[in-house]
Amino acid sequence: MYQPEFEAMGRSELEALQVERLKATLERVYAAVPLYKRKFDEAGIKPSDVTSLDDLPKLPFTVKDDLRAAYPYGMFAAPLRDIVRVHASSGTTGQITVVGYTRGDVDRWADLMARTLVCAGATPDDVIQVSYGYGLFTGGLGVHYGSERLGATTIPISGGNTKRQVQVLKDFGVTGLGATPSYALLIGETALEMGIDPKELPLRFGVFGAEPWSENMRRQIEEALGIVAIDIYGLSEVLGPGVASECIHKCGLHVNEDHFIVEVIDPKTLQPLPDGERGEVVFTTITKEGIPVIRYRTRDISRIVPGECACGRTFRRLERISGRTDDMLIIRGVNIFPSQIEQVLTGIPGVAPHYQVVLTKRGVMDHVEVHVEVAPEIAFDEVKALEALRRTVAQEIASALAISIDVKLVEPKSIQRSEGKAKRVLDLRNEGGTA
Amino acid sequence: MVEQVSVFLENTTGRLAELTRALGDAGINMRALMVADTTEFGVVRIICDTPRRAVKVLDDAGFGASLTEVLAVEVPDRPGGLADVLEALQADGINVEYAYCFVEPSGDAAIDILRVDEPDRAREALARAGIALVDASALYEAD
Repeated sequence: MYQPEFEAMGRSELEALQVERLKATLERVYAAVPLYKRKFDEAGIKPSDVTSLDDLPKLPFTVKDDLRAAYPYGMFAAPLRDIVRVHASSGTTGQITVVGYTRGDVDRWADLMARTLVCAGATPDDVIQVSYGYGLFTGGLGVHYGSERLGATTIPISGGNTKRQVQVLKDFGVTGLGATPSYALLIGETALEMGIDPKELPLRFGVFGAEPWSENMRRQIEEALGIVAIDIYGLSEVLGPGVASECIHKCGLHVNEDHFIVEVIDPKTLQPLPDGERGEVVFTTITKEGIPVIRYRTRDISRIVPGECACGRTFRRLERISGRTDDMLIIRGVNIFPSQIEQVLTGIPGVAPHYQVVLTKRGVMDHVEVHVEVAPEIAFDEVKALEALRRTVAQEIASALAISIDVKLVEPKSIQRSEGKAKRVLDLRNEGGTA
Repeated sequence: MVEQVSVFLENTTGRLAELTRALGDAGINMRALMVADTTEFGVVRIICDTPRRAVKVLDDAGFGASLTEVLAVEVPDRPGGLADVLEALQADGINVEYAYCFVEPSGDAAIDILRVDEPDRAREALARAGIALVDASALYEAD
């Protein structure tokens, strides 16, 4: 453990700390963020009304739309001169959400990421290659600061240029890797193509997150790279990576409960669920200064794993995220809402706004194929015109979503229509689906 | 002008059979059928009786069908017959998007279907070259 005084705290002591920090956070946001003042006033609650964790359900929720509406700095609880860093997350229909960190936030984040790395077995003697993207995305810099804080040798290679990733992995004696799980597999495959067996390298652990992955994929990564693969969890609205992490027992992700209060709610009734029941994960940050969030609805579905963990950490564990309550997809680490695709299609004559997104694995990477219906009222008698249409659709979608995709034109009215919510997405990534 | 039925088809097993069955069940007789295909989809072009009804029949059966106006030319069934036609168009700089032929069982001439980018100028060019256009009524039962 990196900070056993917190990570192995007694539960009652921890809960007292949570209440104390929660109260301070509530006072802070009520005074500094107009949105919270309005929400609290509408709910008829004052920060001083909260005296125990049992009062938490009285507080209003925060949702991603709140952050969008506050673009860029509207929900910051600290003046901009105290903000030393901003990150942003890709959002739907062009609107990104911006988060800000004070010097204290960056400092605490580094501690939390050092904890995460130690969870995976890292020590100051390790050489850690950070293959998450650096930039507005929180992954790269998050792992980077944690690795430096731990005292490990940190290689800020960022994503891309996979052959060079393999060369560095081998030549620099890398022992730990941070990447999206699909990228870790691609690095492994590329190594083999280059005649390098990753199992023979000193590499021994990896921290993987930022996209959903399965136990099956964990086994693949562990076998291909000869490492221990650890699932890590975070989202920029709450912090970035460092919110929760598996330990080497791989039996759920320990939530850093001294910094975040986790709840699981029924997404329909919005009522908190007891530990063990599956629902939507909700976080309240209790040490963030730049942009604290109160009861932030993640839309991620999970449950609290009952019981204690053999590692000695007392923090409760979240089960691996099993899905979303909205239709957001995470493809190669990029957040995609199908509605973005619909918006693009409505702007292109010749196609109907009826589509289906088919997700498969091509090799180890996510592959996206969008099936689009040609418009029935347009006369198509030339292959050339159809090919041009297909290219236009592919380019427009790729440009709006910032990921490359394939487009398949399908016959009018061939995509299944259903009552209510259309089956817009066919996700075959975890079912051995290949393209 | 002649009306051609154009249908966008996915490359899936049995789809062309379904299309022709739909026309057959409606009692529509085809004079010519031509498929242009890619790995993923095809375009089927059909000259048939009652083309407007054919489009409706196909739409009702779940196909994406439409009418395309094309030129039909009678070409003597001898070597170089089609070349004469295409050269007449090329001389006027008229682009042929696609072409296909079928032979009339009764006569000694082939019918050539031409899709051109400028139909009016194409007609003039062919007239000047002494090449006769075939009227729709000579090919199929119009509607």
